[in-house]
Amino acid sequence: MTSMPMTTTSRLRRRSARLLLILAAAFGVHAAAAAEVNLYTTREPGLIQPLLDAFTAHSGVKVNTVFVKDGLAERVAAEGRRSPADVLMTVDIGNLIDLVDKDLVQPVKSPALEQAIPAQLRDPDGRWFSLSLRARVLYASKDRTDLSAFRYEDLADPQWKGRICIRSGLHPYNTALIAAYIAHHGEAAAETWLKGVKANLARKPGGGDREVARDILGALCDIGIANSYYVGRMRSGKGGPEQQKWGDAIRVVLPTFEGGGTQVNVSGAAVARHAPNRDAAVQLLDYLVSEAAQKIYATIDFEYPVRADVAADPIIAGFGTLVPDALPLTEIARHRKAASLLAEKVGFDN
Amino acid sequence: MQANPPSRDQAGRGWRVATGLIAALVLVPVLALLGAALGGDAGLWPHLLAHVLPPTLFDTAVLLVGVGALVVLLGTGSAWLVTAYDFRGRGVLDWALLLPLAVPTYIVAYAYMDLLHPIGPVQTFVRELFGLAGPQAFRLPEIRSLGGCVFVLGFVLYPYVYLTTRALFLMQSASLLEAARSLGAGRGGVFFRVAVPLARPAIAVGTSLALMETINDVGASEFLGARTLTISIYSTWVNRADLAGAAQIALAMLVVVAALLALEHGGRRRQRYAASAQRARPMTPQRLHGAAGLGALALGAVPVLIGFVAPTAYLVVETIERVRFAGFPSGLLRTARDTVALSGIATVATVLLGLVVAYAARVAPGAWSRTAERVAGLGYALPGTVLAIGLLFPLGALDGLIADAGERRFGAAGGLLLLGSGAALVYAYSARFLAVAGGGIAAGLGRVAPALDQAARTLGERSGGVLRRIHLPLIRPAVAAAALLVFVDCMKELPATLLLRPLNLETLSTRLYAEAARGTYEEGAIAALIIVAAGLIPVLLLARVGRNDAAG
Repeated sequence: MTSMPMTTTSRLRRRSARLLLILAAAFGVHAAAAAEVNLYTTREPGLIQPLLDAFTAHSGVKVNTVFVKDGLAERVAAEGRRSPADVLMTVDIGNLIDLVDKDLVQPVKSPALEQAIPAQLRDPDGRWFSLSLRARVLYASKDRTDLSAFRYEDLADPQWKGRICIRSGLHPYNTALIAAYIAHHGEAAAETWLKGVKANLARKPGGGDREVARDILGALCDIGIANSYYVGRMRSGKGGPEQQKWGDAIRVVLPTFEGGGTQVNVSGAAVARHAPNRDAAVQLLDYLVSEAAQKIYATIDFEYPVRADVAADPIIAGFGTLVPDALPLTEIARHRKAASLLAEKVGFDN
Repeated sequence: MQANPPSRDQAGRGWRVATGLIAALVLVPVLALLGAALGGDAGLWPHLLAHVLPPTLFDTAVLLVGVGALVVLLGTGSAWLVTAYDFRGRGVLDWALLLPLAVPTYIVAYAYMDLLHPIGPVQTFVRELFGLAGPQAFRLPEIRSLGGCVFVLGFVLYPYVYLTTRALFLMQSASLLEAARSLGAGRGGVFFRVAVPLARPAIAVGTSLALMETINDVGASEFLGARTLTISIYSTWVNRADLAGAAQIALAMLVVVAALLALEHGGRRRQRYAASAQRARPMTPQRLHGAAGLGALALGAVPVLIGFVAPTAYLVVETIERVRFAGFPSGLLRTARDTVALSGIATVATVLLGLVVAYAARVAPGAWSRTAERVAGLGYALPGTVLAIGLLFPLGALDGLIADAGERRFGAAGGLLLLGSGAALVYAYSARFLAVAGGGIAAGLGRVAPALDQAARTLGERSGGVLRRIHLPLIRPAVAAAALLVFVDCMKELPATLLLRPLNLETLSTRLYAEAARGTYEEGAIAALIIVAAGLIPVLLLARVGRNDAAG
């Protein structure tokens, strides 16, 4: 009788230990298996799956993914040194820098990456790499405007009163644009400008970037700011016949800053600090800047390749020659916070 | 001595410990957020007070008042319509009124955005009807507005009120209503002066659920251009990488929501609504014939048409177009299976926890249980992503401890047990939806006359036995209803799922969101339709549950 509880306890302990082992085998160990790479991405699966499939076909390395929108950095941080994450992929330079600031990435030295990516589009220490580019461009009504050139500064010009559509001023795409404006003209001038843009809006900021084209077709407004690749998706017919009409209603102008170029942002990636499959991670990054992968970025996602020797999709190339603003990307990231506060201060979305 | 059942105090202690633990589960992420909030300084607040709070508080208030009024009007009105009257089509309306529950709010927002756009089908049709030239000649009010947001959320969320209120109307004793009639109250008088006041707890529970959904909504609000406080939390966190600031706003919001809920509770505190121990005779619905019957049907059909039929028809059309265009997306069935399994497990866990919390408040009443019940409900008052962020750090730390222990014991390097599996998600769902389960079950328990407990206890039954043998059979409909509601909520849950799920696991809502996030929301139509379809089954069961409750 007296030994009973002991036996039960030890059996229980043994049993729970075995259970733990099984669970660990089921959930944990796959992270360390060979020829796999674990990708944490804020890029939507529909956009990157073709690239990952091509990588697996090319290398035989299986890619496990989790698509996380906000909080990727927090998740990797919380997982700590056992995080299965090998590659962290995100859009917007601010997010890439944020990963570095939070000490979640490790430096990588790879000749393939250094050759393919221009120096201003990667970290000198190899802690982040751009993989593709997008421009923040002007959509203008074919019927009601006749623009061939445009400056971002013009958005505040009273001649556009009641004629501009744009998404929320707090969206990261617009935050980056405002940050670039601050970098060019300073915070005070940016505030005046942003107030001017707000005064010109035809409707409350909202919707997505494609709504700008749709609203232009719907005659809600005449011009608007949105990302370049949406035009490719709309005009190519990949979004269906409806969207083709939206895309065809607009002319795309590559705006420039006074004395500068067009505002571009990047999608990029980094190798996670505790990457269990570091070699495979670098292999994946190398592949993503290969000619084959960069062609996929150009033709399936309608982004600008980072490689100079890969051409943009004809629809995108049709906008004219892209002259990216000379401002270093890190400058935009540096003003991101001020830009976001400014959009709230002028009540852009009100 | 030993043969005797434990004293009342001892049993009460067991229940109190259990509820304390459950409340702690919910409190863990809140405390983690508090830690994050204290990690920052208060530097953000002057900016918030000057520029952010005035407009966002205004929008949030308008949204809450508007949605609140709409859900009470639609929910209570339709519940009264199908319980107090009988007309052709009432049987269908009875369950159809619940259908909007199956559709995630942001899907409805997308659908209406498409349907009501100046170049969308509705306005194009109207223009063609009147021979108008272009969108400049005629335009409906813009859906992307605060009013549009109230409209969308109100018509999607009213079923929370309908569900709880209808159940109460069905239980309502006919004698009270007849007494009112005999005292000279008109039909409206009976409704406003007897039925509604008696249904107040149910209306309050349903409305507070709907309003918490509203305040935490990001998808629909952002898309339709309403600036709620939740969106400010996002922009603070996402654009400025200021987690501390975001946590500060989130906690401030949580305090306000908790205070409002406490105020509402306080208002009802001295009122008791329990029915008598004898089965009440349910009221006989008044039969409506001819034009009156048709009118009632038409009136009751409005919320269903706007909240469900129109957006679903939109999804069906888009789905057909997509499948013709791009084929059936691969892996969607596997995703559907995973979603149902995950939601099922989480539902069982949540309902069990909710049952304990609600029951403890009954058998071990007092400040402790009351507080624990409130705390357990806090998860629903936080935006999903904020709750998920709050869970990340404790879960990560716990995972680290488990893996360390495993390493010491087996020498092998282990992975992350919770974050690497669906366990973290089950926890997140439970913490988030405990309010839904607990609230529904508590409402059910509230209708069981305390005399029954006392009788059972007098006859020597313990509190656990009373629950098993007296209450569970009586409140089975309420438990089932809570379970189904939680299940549908789990299936639709997006923000926590997105952040906490393991590699290679997708749910229907993450698949859908993956498309919506890149602006191609119509490509998510198929996933959305499956969510709706999968949500339909529990919703239809829910309707049956309510009826049997009254009949049986």
